[in-house]
Amino acid sequence: MIKAVLSGDMPRSVVLASILGLILFCLALAPFLFPGVRTVDTAARICVFVVLVASYDLLLGYGGIVSFAHTMFFGIGAYGVALASTHLGRGFDALAGGALAGAGVAAALAFVIGLFSLRVRAIFFAMITLAVASAVAVLVSQLSGLTGGEDGLTFQTPRELGPAFKFGDELFGVKLNGKLLSYYLVFTGSLILFLLMLRVVNSPFGRVLQAIRENDFRAEAIGYRVVRYRVAATCLSAAVAALAGSLYAIWLRYVGPDTTLSMEIMIDILLMVVIGGMGTMYGAVIGATVLVLAQNYLQNLMGAAGSAIEGLPVLPQLLDADRWLLWLGVLFILSVYFFPTGIVGRLRRS
Amino acid sequence: MSMAPEHAPRMARLSLAQRLAPWMPVLLVPILIVLGAVAIPNTSSWLTLTVSGLAMGMMIFLMASGLTLVFGLMDVINFGHGAFVSVGAFVGVSVLLMLGGMTGAPSLALNLAAMLLAVIGAMLATGAMGWAFEKVIVQPVYGHHLKQILVTMGGLIVVEQLIIVLWGPEEIYISRPEALKGAITFAGAALEKYRLVAVGFGLVVFAVMRWTLRRTKIGLIVRAGVENGEMVQALGYRLRLVFVGVFIAGSALAGLGGVMWGLYQEVVTAHMGNQAMILIFIVVIIGGLGSVEGCFIGALLVGLMQNYVAFLEPKVALISNIGLMVAILMWRPMGMIPVVKAK
Repeated sequence: MIKAVLSGDMPRSVVLASILGLILFCLALAPFLFPGVRTVDTAARICVFVVLVASYDLLLGYGGIVSFAHTMFFGIGAYGVALASTHLGRGFDALAGGALAGAGVAAALAFVIGLFSLRVRAIFFAMITLAVASAVAVLVSQLSGLTGGEDGLTFQTPRELGPAFKFGDELFGVKLNGKLLSYYLVFTGSLILFLLMLRVVNSPFGRVLQAIRENDFRAEAIGYRVVRYRVAATCLSAAVAALAGSLYAIWLRYVGPDTTLSMEIMIDILLMVVIGGMGTMYGAVIGATVLVLAQNYLQNLMGAAGSAIEGLPVLPQLLDADRWLLWLGVLFILSVYFFPTGIVGRLRRS
Repeated sequence: MSMAPEHAPRMARLSLAQRLAPWMPVLLVPILIVLGAVAIPNTSSWLTLTVSGLAMGMMIFLMASGLTLVFGLMDVINFGHGAFVSVGAFVGVSVLLMLGGMTGAPSLALNLAAMLLAVIGAMLATGAMGWAFEKVIVQPVYGHHLKQILVTMGGLIVVEQLIIVLWGPEEIYISRPEALKGAITFAGAALEKYRLVAVGFGLVVFAVMRWTLRRTKIGLIVRAGVENGEMVQALGYRLRLVFVGVFIAGSALAGLGGVMWGLYQEVVTAHMGNQAMILIFIVVIIGGLGSVEGCFIGALLVGLMQNYVAFLEPKVALISNIGLMVAILMWRPMGMIPVVKAK
């Protein structure tokens, strides 16, 4: 049964399996285990980022294609839901319509970019996506009439997903309100999308992608159309990223350039994929969990360490809470050199 | 035995279009300028825009040339190239701020001397940094594009953060040297002096680079290395050393571009390199990876396009360069002057 759900891709390591089980358990029961606005928010963020990073891993880890436009697709999905909810009124049909439209637009855009760049060389893709993504980010903040500009859009989700909706008293001390439903919508959606990605990479399609990553010339010689497979992977990954964006927008009930389109998020995704482990979907789970937790809690620790050694020359600035990206960058470089398979690769080998 | 097929050679001249085809990339710049003149009815504003477009193009060329050469020679794609732009700008601006006496004086000679000092400082700093970057970050990942992109991106993040640690998180405002402020009026058009200087600077650097690549022995080795690296090595040249040299030179040029760019915008931020990277990539792709001439033409096209479109339709300016890139890739999928064969 479990094997079928996981598409035959078992964790293959006791430690890894128990960590994954723990993460799943914590996320599934997050509102009950860790009641509190901030912790549930963190849990929802982890769910969304697991999907986002998994979809990026399909490109980077399985297809060997580097894209810098993944936040753009993420943002397209988020803005799709926001715009649909703003203009069609609050309702589940608006959410579904917005999410599907976002996924469609993202896939179409990915198709066009892929056709332009991937037919020549795969590295063109990295550069072109960087340029297109930044142009789109600027465009979104310029078209303030439609997108709300830098301020973003605040919109209403259906009443059933808001804190004002109550469907019972309390269960284990947790209020049964719409926010809980909203969390479980995000959790279930993420779980389904993640299992879907797992299915995709373990299908014949995923095998061909891996073959192309290892040796595209040879894959072409065997008879697979490399460009078609690469473009299809790009479109699929863009569509899933857009759906993840929709889930995130539903959870936050807000979209803005900073939360969905910024380069910082792109860097976060890169870090998550590399640290978790490229070329395994489980790497996405671990990478996203570790990074989001670190973002939320490690920064405080660094701030404390920074103030502890105050008075020394440059050191306090190096340990400043805002400089944590510096250390992540160093960690990133080191992990590309020494642990290209990331945490999951390490665990599976030992 | 059958008869030999009819064969009647004709001495026909190639048609004009066929003769022009190899020169098309070079002709694109004047064509764009003429198109600009048609679209912008006011001659004086057209002149102003053309000069500022050329100035911008020259600066982008300075920043992009190193990237394209490094790629052409060693098949290394450096996403951290923007870091050199930022560092160059910061070092150059710091030098200029230190030389306040020289930049404040209304003497062109003193001002240019101060700028030259700033440029030299920036080039030394970024050259040294390029050497370290090559040694520490790029060397372990030769021949592996995916890792190169990831690692150099990581390097960019680290350098950007280090700039913030060293210079503080605020942007630094800098005013141009006294004699380079303001504009001169020519044929009714206001031409900013600084932009004219930038155009001159860019032309000189391009000329020197072209001369080095075409007329010197080291240039010959570099060009041969781009064409067929293994063969050059087999002939006994240590291509690795050449490559390190090119990497350092490219980094120093990026630093030079950074100083010019910082003074052009009159503000430097830690993220400016990352923002410049977007234009740099567009230029490098348009020009054809590995080609210095293509990079030069591409940079001019992007600079002119950006200025014309920003004048005609400000909102479209952002995507005009993407549009230009798409159009050129549809015409020539490898860029205008492809040097490196598709691998």
